Amino acid sequence: MAIRVFVPRDATACALGADAVAKLIREGAAGRGLDVEVIRNGSRGAFWLEPMVEVETDSGRLAFGPVGAADVPGLFEAGFPGEAQHPLALGLVDGISWLARQQRLTFVRAGLIDPVSLEDYQSLRGYVGLARALEMAPQAIVDEVKESGLRGRGGAAFPTGIKWQTVLDTVADQKYIVCNADEGDSGTFADRLLMEADPYQMIEGMTIAGLAVGATEGYIYLRSEYPHCRKVLSEALSRAEQAGFLGTGICGSNRDFSIDLRIGAGAYICGEETSLLDSLEGKRGLIRFKPPLPAIKGLMGLPTVVNNVLSLGAISTILAEGAAHYRDFGTGRSRGTLTVQLAGNIKRGGLVELPFGATLRELVEDYGGGTASGRPVRAIQVGGPLGTYLPQSQWDVALDYEALAEIGGMLGHGGIVVFDDSVDLAQQARFAMEFCAVESCGKCTPCRIGSVRGVEVIDRIVANEERAFNLEVLDDLCDTMVEGSLCAMGGLTPYPVRSAIKHFPEDFNR
Amino acid sequence: MSSSAVALKEIVESVIESHQGKIGALLPVLHSIQDKLGHIPPESISMMAAAMSLSRAEIHGVMSFYHDFRGEPAGENILHLCRAEACQAMGSRELEHHAKERLGIDYGETTPDGLFTLEPVYCLGNCSCSPSLRVNDELHARVTAEKFDDLIAQMEARD
Ligand SMILES: Cc1cc2nc3c(=O)[nH]c(=O)nc-3n(C[C@H](O)[C@H](O)[C@H](O)COP(=O)(O)O)c2cc1C
Ligand code: SF4
Ligand code: FES
Repeated sequence: MAIRVFVPRDATACALGADAVAKLIREGAAGRGLDVEVIRNGSRGAFWLEPMVEVETDSGRLAFGPVGAADVPGLFEAGFPGEAQHPLALGLVDGISWLARQQRLTFVRAGLIDPVSLEDYQSLRGYVGLARALEMAPQAIVDEVKESGLRGRGGAAFPTGIKWQTVLDTVADQKYIVCNADEGDSGTFADRLLMEADPYQMIEGMTIAGLAVGATEGYIYLRSEYPHCRKVLSEALSRAEQAGFLGTGICGSNRDFSIDLRIGAGAYICGEETSLLDSLEGKRGLIRFKPPLPAIKGLMGLPTVVNNVLSLGAISTILAEGAAHYRDFGTGRSRGTLTVQLAGNIKRGGLVELPFGATLRELVEDYGGGTASGRPVRAIQVGGPLGTYLPQSQWDVALDYEALAEIGGMLGHGGIVVFDDSVDLAQQARFAMEFCAVESCGKCTPCRIGSVRGVEVIDRIVANEERAFNLEVLDDLCDTMVEGSLCAMGGLTPYPVRSAIKHFPEDFNR
Repeated sequence: MSSSAVALKEIVESVIESHQGKIGALLPVLHSIQDKLGHIPPESISMMAAAMSLSRAEIHGVMSFYHDFRGEPAGENILHLCRAEACQAMGSRELEHHAKERLGIDYGETTPDGLFTLEPVYCLGNCSCSPSLRVNDELHARVTAEKFDDLIAQMEARD
């Protein structure tokens, strides 16, 4: 029987040379007359070890990493794919403590399977949730989601079950399910990883959502910056359709559900749900006034569920394993697991999934291993481009929605971006304003014009032109943006700016 | 109509046809035209307007709202350099400076030999292995100035 060797097809793994590694392993094996089957799996999210090559053995999978193209001949010489004595040999994957200490719920299949293989997915409890949902009344499905305590993973942490109840209760001829795969926050890649490693989980979740609220059409709005992901998703969607998991009469039932994959066009603001809906309608992605909520008047004015990729992924687990299984992972009002992304200047970056409750310091130090540069950590931005910069005194904060909110921060989509002591927080504050100016939808003046003014004022502060006066101007400007903006783009941009000034004043005073 | 205008009309019409009946077909149509032609030719706008019952101003408005759509041809290779925070933490500001100098162009510009267009991008989802660069549909991680120069040299040699 062929020896099974796994080389991830994930975008980051490929960016680090995984395609070349896969090719060289195939060629090397053929040249040596070895019977090797190379499978392109998803990544487990241990990006610091990518490209991580795995070999299936009777006692588990053996890992090698990070494997560059130049390492492949040496690996074969050392006995690969057999038990090789090689500096890149990591032993059994299950023994890698960075992975072993995590508790994978959403990412349980990531890296284990060929992402587009339905057989692989189903062998690990895939489509069990849908089978169950097909036997349930819509209200029972919504109740199960409510009981799980699932809160949206896109950033706002709104209870998913309550949103679905509204859509279920709103009478209409047509309703829609929209998967928000716009993942615009810098420092985040959890949605991408899930879609590239285990796409059926989210596809199944969308289908269950359709059954729950009575929608027969779904849309995935994927950002154009993710071409690898697009390939995996299109392949997965067409296979699911061929196998009868999507389309008319899903799984032999009398229920229909289809999914259309749509590609964004490079606009951060289209991650906000109402802007996303306008974009799906073929318009400029302007923010809509709320109310009405998308749950009542969404796509084409009809009731629409808009959920993040991870929220929809969690749905398949909740339906397969039951609400209690999911709920029991959490603490307080933060249920399920915490997924964070360790990014920026970090030694061991990647995706970490844990029960809620770990502190920022534990993540950055224990998992992250400190900075990649080896210099001291100075600032950490949590929660994307609209999240605050946290100084050392705040690193003991627990990573959950409420604890972060208490110190004026936010968990958002769970991005953790680490900076070493070479960072200039005045430049980071300036960038926050610049980003807002570039990505504002333009609807409100404080956001559209205020951000441009913000950049100018920070430049004056840095150049020491009437510094005290301009710091006051900046403060007023931040107030105006917070108070006068329709959405979080303009409303939260002052947060990173103010945290930089408050905690790192010396950077504005050189 | 000139023969090139006839050819363009055929492309535009077949693209619109392939997205017939879709909700919000304009974005998929614009993407398809740009995928086929590398940009959205100005002449195609009135063709779309006529075929999709939209005004030209509406189509212009949509095109200009999104960073991806271009009204003019780009270079042979499009380089998207990530400007966002995780990449900044790993030296993307210096890389950006280097890239502009090496190519002799600013963002949104194309090198005189038509080989490269440089564009900013805000996150490529590769934030654990920054700085990130997208070359057409290929992603590159931990990009240093040397790695950047090597990539450019390879593409120049291929030309
Ligand atoms: C400026 C802005 C950008 C956003 N970007 C995203 C995004 O990229 N992905 C996402 O899932 N939610 C994003 N959101 C949140 C969405 O508006 C919405 O709350 C979410 O899609 C709802 O899904 P959930 O309840 O499953 O989290 C953004 C919100 C704002 C204000
Ligand atoms: S705050 Fe900015 S992005 Fe949000 S609606 Fe106003 S102008 Fe648009
Ligand atoms: S911030 Fe550059 S890839 Fe995410």
